[in-house]
Amino acid sequence: MKPSPFEYHDPTSVNEALELLRRYGPEAKILAGGQSLIALLNFRLSAPAALIDLNRVAELSYLKHENGTLRFGSMLRQRAIEFSPLVLQRLPLLAEATRLVGHLPTRTRGTIGGSLAHADPAAEYPTVITALDGELVIRGSLGERVVRAHDFFQGVMSTALGPDEILVEVRLAEAPPDSGCAFEEFSRRHGDFAIAGVAAMVVVDGARCRMARLAAAGVGPIPMRLRAAEEILEREGLSERAINDAAASAAEIVEPAGDLHASADFRRHLTRVLTRRALARAADRARGK
Amino acid sequence: MAAQKWVGQSLKRTEDPALLTGCGAFVGDLPFSNLCHAAILRSPHAHARIRKVDTAQALRAPGVLGIVTGADAARLTGPFPVGVEAPVKYYCMAIDKVRYVGEPVAVVVARDRYLAEDALDLIEVEYEPLAAVVDPELALKSGAPLLHEAVGSNLACHRKLRYGDPERAFLEADVVIRARFRFPKYSSTPIETYGVIASYEPTTGVLSVWSNFMGPFVMHSLVARALNLAENRLRFVAAPDIGGSFGIKTGVYPYIALIGLAAMNTGVPVRWLEDRREHLLASSSGTDRVAYRELAARKDGTILAMRSRWIDNVGAYIRSPEPGCTFRPISNWVGPYRFENLEADASVVMTNKSLTGPNRGYGCGHLYFEMERMVDLLAEKLAMDPAEVRRRNFIQADEFPYRTPTGGLYDSGNYPGAFEKAIETARYDELRQEQVRARAQGRLFGIGLAVAVDPSVSNMGYITVALDPAVRSRPDYHPKSGALEAATVKVGPLGKVTVVMGSAPQGQGHRTVVAQVVADELAIAPDEITVIDDLDTFTRLWGVSSGTYSSRFAAVGTSAAALAARKLKDKLIDYASRLMEVPRESLNYSDGMVRTQSGEGRPLSLRELAGQAHWNPDSFPKGMEPSLEATAVFGFAESKAPDPQDRVNASNTYGFIAEVMAVEIDPETAAIKILRYVTVHDAGTIINPTIVRGQIYGGALHGLGGALYEELVYDDEGQLLTGSFMDYLVPTASEAPTIEIAHIESPSPFTTLGAKGLGEASSMTVAAVLANAVSDALKPLGIQIDELPITPSRLWHLMEASRGTAR
Repeated sequence: MKPSPFEYHDPTSVNEALELLRRYGPEAKILAGGQSLIALLNFRLSAPAALIDLNRVAELSYLKHENGTLRFGSMLRQRAIEFSPLVLQRLPLLAEATRLVGHLPTRTRGTIGGSLAHADPAAEYPTVITALDGELVIRGSLGERVVRAHDFFQGVMSTALGPDEILVEVRLAEAPPDSGCAFEEFSRRHGDFAIAGVAAMVVVDGARCRMARLAAAGVGPIPMRLRAAEEILEREGLSERAINDAAASAAEIVEPAGDLHASADFRRHLTRVLTRRALARAADRARGK
Repeated sequence: MAAQKWVGQSLKRTEDPALLTGCGAFVGDLPFSNLCHAAILRSPHAHARIRKVDTAQALRAPGVLGIVTGADAARLTGPFPVGVEAPVKYYCMAIDKVRYVGEPVAVVVARDRYLAEDALDLIEVEYEPLAAVVDPELALKSGAPLLHEAVGSNLACHRKLRYGDPERAFLEADVVIRARFRFPKYSSTPIETYGVIASYEPTTGVLSVWSNFMGPFVMHSLVARALNLAENRLRFVAAPDIGGSFGIKTGVYPYIALIGLAAMNTGVPVRWLEDRREHLLASSSGTDRVAYRELAARKDGTILAMRSRWIDNVGAYIRSPEPGCTFRPISNWVGPYRFENLEADASVVMTNKSLTGPNRGYGCGHLYFEMERMVDLLAEKLAMDPAEVRRRNFIQADEFPYRTPTGGLYDSGNYPGAFEKAIETARYDELRQEQVRARAQGRLFGIGLAVAVDPSVSNMGYITVALDPAVRSRPDYHPKSGALEAATVKVGPLGKVTVVMGSAPQGQGHRTVVAQVVADELAIAPDEITVIDDLDTFTRLWGVSSGTYSSRFAAVGTSAAALAARKLKDKLIDYASRLMEVPRESLNYSDGMVRTQSGEGRPLSLRELAGQAHWNPDSFPKGMEPSLEATAVFGFAESKAPDPQDRVNASNTYGFIAEVMAVEIDPETAAIKILRYVTVHDAGTIINPTIVRGQIYGGALHGLGGALYEELVYDDEGQLLTGSFMDYLVPTASEAPTIEIAHIESPSPFTTLGAKGLGEASSMTVAAVLANAVSDALKPLGIQIDELPITPSRLWHLMEASRGTAR
């Protein structure tokens, strides 16, 4: 399990990294926290000509809160997010999901940008970003562009990132007042990728549900936004019956595949159970319970 | 017997400071100059003929020093001897056919491991793929793909063994229970993988191998045979530290031959460190088994007989010590129960999966999963409490030593006593009441029980039960037996004590334990004693049964150490009697001093005696060997070869385990939550309670892996689907339940200190107790667990099917 030969570069700025990307084109791979790429290299499933290590690019490690938006530098470690009081207060869904990302030692290396760019459909961060309609800031030779989560994830481990582009920032609107959220996940062991997972956020307005956000992990080629289920809640509120209907709808929307760990039917069933549990918990929190 | 001041104490392990500060010396740490590195090209096919291996381009790659292929192995090595009559040719690498994914096809030796792996990509192998078979039952069907043409079928070994009168017992039974079980292929993934360093000296013709091989050292003879080396030209050295084995590292021996061949062929010292992918693909695992079981009983719950038909899957080649998976538990096939009639029809089958060998519990996890499920099925059929059925069948405390119908000699025990301790510790009756309340609320709450006789210290002769008695009675056949261990205790010129073992431990704390034992015998402090426990076949006293496996050390290793210390103590007293010029009978040894019983005269300390002995050997009396050194080799009188009726005492001490588990199952997600897990052990005299606790935790969690998470899964084409830790799920601390441990102590009359082995322990019961608890929880749905691991997906489908039937 030793990687094929590659050239190694450790630029200290985004511009320098972009310059290297231009030089190598699709033959280069970007190294962030290395929690997925290093394994792929060691298995020789990935054999890039060059590795561009972003770990010395200090300008990509930040967390800013401006005008109701949290902006995460793509190299921000998952552990920094996990322990950020700001995230806990303003984006509790992300805080909760972070505790399900691998294990503490892996979170000290893993980054938010690395997880999103890797785009494993069973991972927590892509699911949260999908649920919350996050924006991804991409910089390339032609300058900067902003892509919505919906357009970013294109298939299993496939994203809108071009070969000469770097994900530099993730933007998430802070949770609205009167909102509640929950991340429910089913995995065989703590810290594993989800067999199925559901991210939920609801905003209550008296008996009404002003806004619902739902996305599911592990049950499709990309994180699945569950719009039809959200609409049921926005139309009918957060009664037990509405939640059950939304959960049933979620189970219909998803496109699970079966594998070694779970059949497609079980994943579909779990989507329903987890959606219901996530919504019940999110609704309780939104109501201040 | 010495006063036990140190035995029984939870001494901190003397091994730990080095391990905790990163100062251990594992194979990968051993310093060698000019070390070269091997990488192994492995078969991507489960079954294929090798048409051509072209190494020309790879040989020209940077840093490559040589390449070994099947042609070299065919020319320079022979097959390893196997323990069955079937003519299976098992070489250290594929010669003309590959028979499992991961089988070695070529070895590249290069300046470093990276260059070696780069060169692997340049070797061209032409394969002619053949149909594969992975299911052991399918492999026995006519027309199944044939792995070994010379064998003529995929059956490596078949024995039908019969004890008592099972036919009559089944005829007379009030009830007969039948069931089929599947036990998974799983491993133990020690944190340190295999490692081998081989160095050949052409001038002396000696091949030296440093590795983490830990026994049984019968494999040394097999490697010598395979490499056509005289055994005294083959040196095995166990690395000072071995990072866990759990039986799995027995399987490193073919790699010792393979890397030895590479070293001899290239003329440079070669190191191969197995990586995790290789480990999961092609190291070793337990067997997967299909079992058909029948149980005959009276309606009062008395078990009369059991029948079993086993189909054990040893993978592509049967290799020593297989078919131990089948026969290692032969002496305890009746478990802790009294019935006398049984029949076992055992087929050992070869398929296109990786090879097998000992894995913690060796054959006993399989045995008790089936047996304890059967006892629960009997309880259900008779509408009896499963605790009551067990009580009715236990061998009683006054029946020891107890001869089992298969020839086992259970040394000591109190099965009802230990069982009731488990029942009381778990507050079993309260759990049953809680279950009534839970079921009324629609909750799936279950309670499981499991009991087991825990065999340790294998008698090397048991494996010959695999041979027909007709073969064993041939005049040219040599019977096999034995379970020996040697120890030397010596006192140096300044009076300090060194104990030399050679047990090749893998983390069990032998140095700590031996110091405790010898400290008691010589009445000195453990920290004054240095214990050497690594094995070097050139310098240590060893035999074919040497090594640390089958939980043997606590019984046989400590016995040898204690006996050697007693011999030395005798010698010290003899010598002192000469120096003090008083009769031996008038002397006492205590607190490291020899004194007269009357208190007259000046006592002599160990240090003084040692000083005189070393600096003035002329002081020894005539006829006495002038040294303060004693060696003892300990063996068991009851370790004999199998008799013509296939009865054999396959182990030498037999502990006992009684467990209670309570679980609750999420009716929606099928997730299993372990609420209580009580385990009671009887391992005779306990030498170090903390080490014992560690063994129980580890064994339980290992068994839990096989019960809930771990399986080496293959598709129908023989491709491994669980080739990394992403898919081969090992339970972590997060998955560990709280384990409540209690003990009783029934000392073994056959060991010096009364201690028995306990290193496998709950690994052989946890699957049984869990499957019983889960089945009990799912009683409202009528689900019986007959297959492991119990994954949520599998369980949910069972629950759905049951609900579907109910709807």
